Amino acid sequence: MAHGSPIDWPHVQCSVCRLVMRVPALRRGTVRQPNFCCARCGATVHRRKPDSLARTTAFLLAAVFCYFPANLYPIMQATSLGRAQEDTIVTGVVYLFESGMWPLAAIVFVASVVVPVAKIVSLAGLVLSVRWKSRWRPRDRAATYRIVELIGRWSMVDVYVVTILVALVHMGTLANVEVRFGAAFFAAVVVLTILAAESFDPRLIWDALEERDGREARAR
Amino acid sequence: MRIVGCHECDAVMEEPFVPDGGAAYCIRCGALLFRRHSRTVEVCFALVVAAAILYTVANVYPFLAFQMQGQQTHTTLLEGVDALMDQGENAVAALVFLTAIASPACEIGLLLYVLGPVFFGFRLPGMAVAFRFVEQFRPWSMLEVFLIGILVAGVKLADLADIVPGTALYAFGLLIPILAAASNFLDAEIVWRRIAEEA
Ligand SMILES: [Zn+2]
Repeated sequence: MAHGSPIDWPHVQCSVCRLVMRVPALRRGTVRQPNFCCARCGATVHRRKPDSLARTTAFLLAAVFCYFPANLYPIMQATSLGRAQEDTIVTGVVYLFESGMWPLAAIVFVASVVVPVAKIVSLAGLVLSVRWKSRWRPRDRAATYRIVELIGRWSMVDVYVVTILVALVHMGTLANVEVRFGAAFFAAVVVLTILAAESFDPRLIWDALEERDGREARAR
Repeated sequence: MRIVGCHECDAVMEEPFVPDGGAAYCIRCGALLFRRHSRTVEVCFALVVAAAILYTVANVYPFLAFQMQGQQTHTTLLEGVDALMDQGENAVAALVFLTAIASPACEIGLLLYVLGPVFFGFRLPGMAVAFRFVEQFRPWSMLEVFLIGILVAGVKLADLADIVPGTALYAFGLLIPILAAASNFLDAEIVWRRIAEEA
């Protein structure tokens, strides 16, 4: 671990290639600079992601809306020797636990049940904390965001399982697996929470602190 | 003196000295600033070439076969997507196609397109754009999650019938650590500088 000394001048950083550029013309608090492109990679540079809070909130609300059908409706139906059985996300996890595959059951339980809820709750918390200009434990909130970004993808496990089962098991009355209504909603929850996490700009967490520092500096 | 910025909290600081193989973290928020790998181009190019071969194998051959009372079915990734489409789940099929087939392919292909010329010292048009898109595809490339999906599906089917792992399963097993190593060894700052200076 190593670090240099902090510097304070007006700057923007390209979010793609991470080049730091001196931008004297950019006023503090300016979010959009429409025709400003990174000098090195050519990507459009935003001081903060545009409409970050509104977009994150919209994706989160959509995810909550899809969350209920995703868990209430079956994601697949397995027929074996004429006996049909519908599986929801939760019964799929219960089945894994019952078959004694503890490590795998734990992974799927965390990925399909814990992660979506944890993601929605923590992102909602982050959005509110930024809205309220909270200065409470910014380092921990930043770490929360980092974790949310990292774990979100694992919810896809159940979508893949359904895909594989559907592709493999199609033997008519002997054994057959069909995808059901819930799967599309579950997939939607995964996509919407990933989009919500990508829309959120973690730099907003620190802006409340900078505003206070700025006010104190002006007062002195 | 060079200036580096934290992409998570927007702090700017002098570029700290980091020994080869080390990493620098933000003073303010603790985010990873960068990892330093001076041989990043050589190592990543080799890893990505290996990944491209394994990716091809993983997609051409079936990854699981399923035997039940003398009948056998097997599936490749693309056939899985196709089966979803047959049942009318086009959106889910598209998502699986994007995350398990298209995004890893784009990630590997674009990295080859950028690292190959940098490694051999020539230029191709649009290298900066290609390298920009590598970052964009990464969150949507979920092969490691897919591998866990194969394991779970295997367990669920084991009660019902015999499961035979296919060639592609071993290719996936190798591909995932190689892709992880490639993204770990990628010192994007060095690659960006090489792209910019050769422009
Ligand atoms: Zn930081």
